[in-house]
Amino acid sequence: MMDTFAALAHGMAVAVQPMNLLYALIGVFLGTAVGVLPGIGPALTVALLLPVTYKLDPGGSLIMFAGIYYGGMYGGSTTAILINTPGESASMATALEGNKMAKAGRGGPALATSAIGSFVAGTIATIGLAFLAPWLVDFAVRFGPEDYFALMCVAFVTVSATFGDSPIRGLTSLFIGLTLGLVGIDKLTGQARLAFGIPELLDGVEVTTLAVGLFAVGEALYVASRRHHTEEKLEPVRGSLWMTKEDWKRSWKPWLRGTMFGFPIGALPAGGAEIPTFLSYSTEKRLTKHPEEFGKGAIEGVAGPEAANNASAAGTLVPLLTLGLPTSATAAMMLAGFQQYGLNPGPLLFAERPDLVWGLIASLFIANCMLLVLNLPLVGLWVRLLAIPQPWLYAGILVFATMGTIAAKPSVVELSMLAGFGVLGFLMRRFDFPIAPVVVGLILGPIAESQLRRALAISLGDPMTLVQSPISATLLAVALIALLAPFVLKGLGRFKANED
Amino acid sequence: MTSGDPAQPPRRVDRAGLVVAALLAGLAAVLVWDARGLQSAAMYGMGPEAMPVVVASGLALLALGNFIDALRGNLPARESADPVPVVLILIGLALLIAIIGFGGGFILATSALFVTTSAAFGRRAILVDSIIALVMSTVIYLAFDRLLTLSLPAGPLERLL
Repeated sequence: MMDTFAALAHGMAVAVQPMNLLYALIGVFLGTAVGVLPGIGPALTVALLLPVTYKLDPGGSLIMFAGIYYGGMYGGSTTAILINTPGESASMATALEGNKMAKAGRGGPALATSAIGSFVAGTIATIGLAFLAPWLVDFAVRFGPEDYFALMCVAFVTVSATFGDSPIRGLTSLFIGLTLGLVGIDKLTGQARLAFGIPELLDGVEVTTLAVGLFAVGEALYVASRRHHTEEKLEPVRGSLWMTKEDWKRSWKPWLRGTMFGFPIGALPAGGAEIPTFLSYSTEKRLTKHPEEFGKGAIEGVAGPEAANNASAAGTLVPLLTLGLPTSATAAMMLAGFQQYGLNPGPLLFAERPDLVWGLIASLFIANCMLLVLNLPLVGLWVRLLAIPQPWLYAGILVFATMGTIAAKPSVVELSMLAGFGVLGFLMRRFDFPIAPVVVGLILGPIAESQLRRALAISLGDPMTLVQSPISATLLAVALIALLAPFVLKGLGRFKANED
Repeated sequence: MTSGDPAQPPRRVDRAGLVVAALLAGLAAVLVWDARGLQSAAMYGMGPEAMPVVVASGLALLALGNFIDALRGNLPARESADPVPVVLILIGLALLIAIIGFGGGFILATSALFVTTSAAFGRRAILVDSIIALVMSTVIYLAFDRLLTLSLPAGPLERLL
């Protein structure tokens, strides 16, 4: 306990250095500016802004990342409220009530409750992260390679199969990601896999190329293909920005309840913030004293889900920092940010570079405070960004998206891969395959493989090692249950439907 | 959504779903074919060919699953899509790749992408958009190349700066 305070104080000392404060401020500003653009969720915000951090030292760049991350989250909810285009499914609940509030001329209070709620939830969840992380790290140092492999199996299953609409389509996405993860030189034997004699492929598929292709190019193609269906309408922010006493009274409990949903679910390797946001939304709907307002713009329906969304975002940092396990697309992009410096999050990083890890955690607090101070006064600026005409907006997004790849590797092969992943992203959106499992598969696949091979090498090739370790056996059982649960539940559902 | 025609029988074979299943099966075959060329150097445990085979088996199973879903027509309804803007954006990307590949530089390449994308989203003012694109990409080039010292590919225009 005392260790945590000491470590956090040390992190604060790192984070409040003037240069680091400046990095955090730039991160928060850029993150919000990019995140507020319609169709750009936090994961893509982080992916697009990765090149900006290429030339910084790891400490400064991770601190800027913390700002980008929270800024992107906040920007996304502004878009959801003002034009009803949730950049990601976790903002769907916010869009539901928030856009109705904006239509009724209460856009100001909706933005305010989401900003303050995000601050409250982000702060509580970051405290949770700071206290949970050292404890988990103590636990994780005892993990052998077989335990890590089993843990990754859990993440694979929960991210792709357990909570999506269709386990088959989720697993299909995951396996596409795993296939992409195989490309390149096998680290243990030096043999090339799936490179087809193309030298650029020997290094493997770049995570940022995949993410930007799937998210940015794919989204642009998808929106362009169905431009004739939707007319986006920007709701002007009318009336007061500030919340009334009544608004405060109706908001604070949903903030806290949302945090309680968001943080634990985010911290479990369960992936995605959709579940806590929808849990929070339905809870608020049940508990409210104004049930007639739900569906017409109830402030509880914005306050709760927004808090849950932010708390779960901080929650996903728990498995990311302590175990190196990304459980959402955004966390996967954060991991890519670490990897560009050859840093691998996990128990070792806590021991070797405490200044980095605790500096990052402390920066999360600071970024949160900056967002609160910056965003409400600057809301007019963000709204103006939203008013960029769609053709220029998407043209600009594509220019930025390709720029990242051009800056990293200006080769025809790399750019063709970006375009190819864009087409893949378009087709996956069109045919309703989830995107995040592809990114998680690409990142975790090679790690899982090397852990498994290490485990088998230690056990002299005996696969029983996977079930002889109690940790690994338990985790594999969890993975199996999580894999089978949706099929069994679906079968039960069908059974019930037949009975009626 | 609105495109679901109630008069249609709810379960009909989804052709696109069949194509997805076929592609997955093809991908599995490529993986196995590629893995056959690898030499297992590991004395104990798994060689480099084991994981591709595992992934290929998964893909084969999923191909089957997608095939069954497609036969049952279990896929979510799709709205109609307009292919013209998609093709336009892809032309823009192809132009960008070609210009970079032939040393035309960052500014020309991204400007070409900007103008085609803008046209794909319904703008018809190509001249105005070209000017905007050139100015914007020049600013980006200067900001990243000079301020952040990231090297972006230089062509004839960049050398003038």
